[in-house]
Amino acid sequence: MNNPQLDQDGRLRHLLSIEGLPKKILNQILDTAESFVGVAEREVKKVPLLRGKTVCNLFFENSTRTRTTFEIAAKRLSADVISLNVNSSSQSKGETILDTVDNLIAMHADMFVVRHSQSGAAHFIAKHVPPHIHVINAGDGRHSHPTQGLLDVFTIRKYKPDLHNLRVAIVGDILHSRVARSEIHALTSLGVPEVRVIAPKTLLPAQVEKLGVHVYHDMKAGLKDVDVVMMLRLQNERMSGAMLPSAQEYFKTYGLTQEKLRLAKPDAIVLHPGPMNRGVEIDSSVADGAQSVILPQVTYGIAVRMAVMAMLAGGQSGGTQS
Amino acid sequence: MKIHIKNGRLIDPKNNIDAKLDLFIAAGKIVAIGKPPTDFVANQTIDANDLIVCPGLVDLSARLREPGDEYKASLVSELQAAVAGGVTSLACQPDTDPVLDEPGLVEMLKHRAKQLHLAHVYPLGALTRQLAGKVLSEMGELREAGCVGFSQANTAISDTQVLWRAMEYAATFGHTLFLHAEEPFLAKDGVAHDGEVASRLGLKGIPSVAEVLALASILRIAQETGAKVHISRLSTAEGVAMIRTAKQHGLNISCDVSANHLHLTEHDIAYFDANCHLKPPLRTQRDKEALSAGLKDGTIDAICSDHTPVDDDAKLAPFAEAEIGSTGLELLLTLTLKWASEQKLDLVQALAHVTQTSAKILGINAGDLSVNSDADICIFDPKEYWKVGASTLKSQGKNTPFTGLELAGKVRTTLVHGQIVYQI
Repeated sequence: MNNPQLDQDGRLRHLLSIEGLPKKILNQILDTAESFVGVAEREVKKVPLLRGKTVCNLFFENSTRTRTTFEIAAKRLSADVISLNVNSSSQSKGETILDTVDNLIAMHADMFVVRHSQSGAAHFIAKHVPPHIHVINAGDGRHSHPTQGLLDVFTIRKYKPDLHNLRVAIVGDILHSRVARSEIHALTSLGVPEVRVIAPKTLLPAQVEKLGVHVYHDMKAGLKDVDVVMMLRLQNERMSGAMLPSAQEYFKTYGLTQEKLRLAKPDAIVLHPGPMNRGVEIDSSVADGAQSVILPQVTYGIAVRMAVMAMLAGGQSGGTQS
Repeated sequence: MKIHIKNGRLIDPKNNIDAKLDLFIAAGKIVAIGKPPTDFVANQTIDANDLIVCPGLVDLSARLREPGDEYKASLVSELQAAVAGGVTSLACQPDTDPVLDEPGLVEMLKHRAKQLHLAHVYPLGALTRQLAGKVLSEMGELREAGCVGFSQANTAISDTQVLWRAMEYAATFGHTLFLHAEEPFLAKDGVAHDGEVASRLGLKGIPSVAEVLALASILRIAQETGAKVHISRLSTAEGVAMIRTAKQHGLNISCDVSANHLHLTEHDIAYFDANCHLKPPLRTQRDKEALSAGLKDGTIDAICSDHTPVDDDAKLAPFAEAEIGSTGLELLLTLTLKWASEQKLDLVQALAHVTQTSAKILGINAGDLSVNSDADICIFDPKEYWKVGASTLKSQGKNTPFTGLELAGKVRTTLVHGQIVYQI
């Protein structure tokens, strides 16, 4: 079966999921992103790589942060950007996803950044667009959020360059998290030898160990001697019900506090994809503490998204051409 | 009309025949096998040299989409598909719009089907009104109108009190219940087997235990009430083991598996192939092997097509939003042959699962080639390959996980009541 993300020559055509991408391409994205980090620090924060191209942010599910960073990334590449919150317009009128996409293609959109509440939505759109159109998955259901996974490993690489010698723990609602799935695939594909997931059984998907991770239910055991702690957001609607009894009990058992963080290596870093629930999955003293790299994640997120867009639209090598 | 089918390899599982024998038909009945009756002069001769002549297939679960969903399929299109697939009798599910819980609807359906002179249609009535799982349907009236059994289609009766009473009532009058075992709370919003693939793709899972729990309730209540129960579309290895044990204890149950589940697993979903959005979900390799073994040892009695035509637009959506189902009537024979060939089974044994055992479960007089029985016959070329696709399928539903595959076993002629209803 053809990998829907690659073209016939094995080059990146769409970014739909980290799973199935060769290590070479992942490294290429990260290396390209490296060259974009400096762009934001210039007086003129722009490069002309996507000049004349139209990037369409197609958000079937609400998002502020991800949409904004994609917008900024596209604008720094000099693209024209349209952002649509489709759930509030066409979908409520009964228009299908493909009708919406076809209309935008008719308006000569070159690239779609898609977020949707259903797993597989980005694959579905990618399967139906003509060959010159590129699709970037900005989050589909519980399945994948590849740019988040990439920006997380990019951040880790910045602080811990030797990925082959790391122990990483991902903590929280793995079951519903597209971020966790992308992080796991990114880390394992890039050679991180030990990836742990820490969660109660109610928040772990079936046979999660088949993703190549070690499973821990006890946070203290799971955090022991890790180099990186990746926290996940707990959605409000899951804080009490059949999955968990209460946010308080969750914080007590799986919330990251300074005390628990001390079990990790002294120089361990803490990541969170945001937005954070302070006092639910993470204590403010950790979120704002010396080991937190949560804000650098956001900054690097723009560089990573620029890299992906540049590689898709402007040939494979990317680069800033500055 | 007198027809002479000559030179064919005759396979009749019920009578354990597999031999080169001619078949003679008069007035819609099989009048002789081997040698013609005295004074038999055929109006038409069909040369079945190198072909197999077998009983018309009997399918335990098909959706014809009438009444109510004619944009998905119609009685005409689906019954043409049936005979093109060699299926001459089929049981249809009650989940139409309106639901088949009114005798008038059943009579109308039977009447319309009869006028088409294609395959025989045997409706399964709704076990509860509106399939809501609360109030029993008028089973007596529905049976008089032509229902051969009662089903909840894909919906479950979550109230065990109602399930119990339904079985008690059905047992009183000897009605057969066709039940799909799935515990609705555990299966809620699920779209794929709760396992490796669903976890990777981020799809909400339906755990095997959903089938196991529902099956445990059904079997236990069947035992208490003496109801005659047929389990439709079994999907798990544990389920097979439970049926095996129940049968060993003498419980009056039967069971089928869909042709899809004999050949596919969760891995066939690949990159969110909506054609693999099925009910029950495609499960693991281990489950698939257990289903196959269960079919071989008689734990599972029959193979059904689970024919569920879906219009193209309804499949054009992300996996979970794509409508459940795949077309199946034209694949039942070829997938049964494929299974037999993979398992190295002889055709008498394999074809039994789609002819005589299915007919026995429905309590209808079909599925065999005995002298004096109705001449419902399928003649096919076991060696001819055909490519599954929109252009080769007669059904209005073109969606199937097997699209693009070349499969062996092409129906050449189908007869119903001694009339040729399909021929290429």
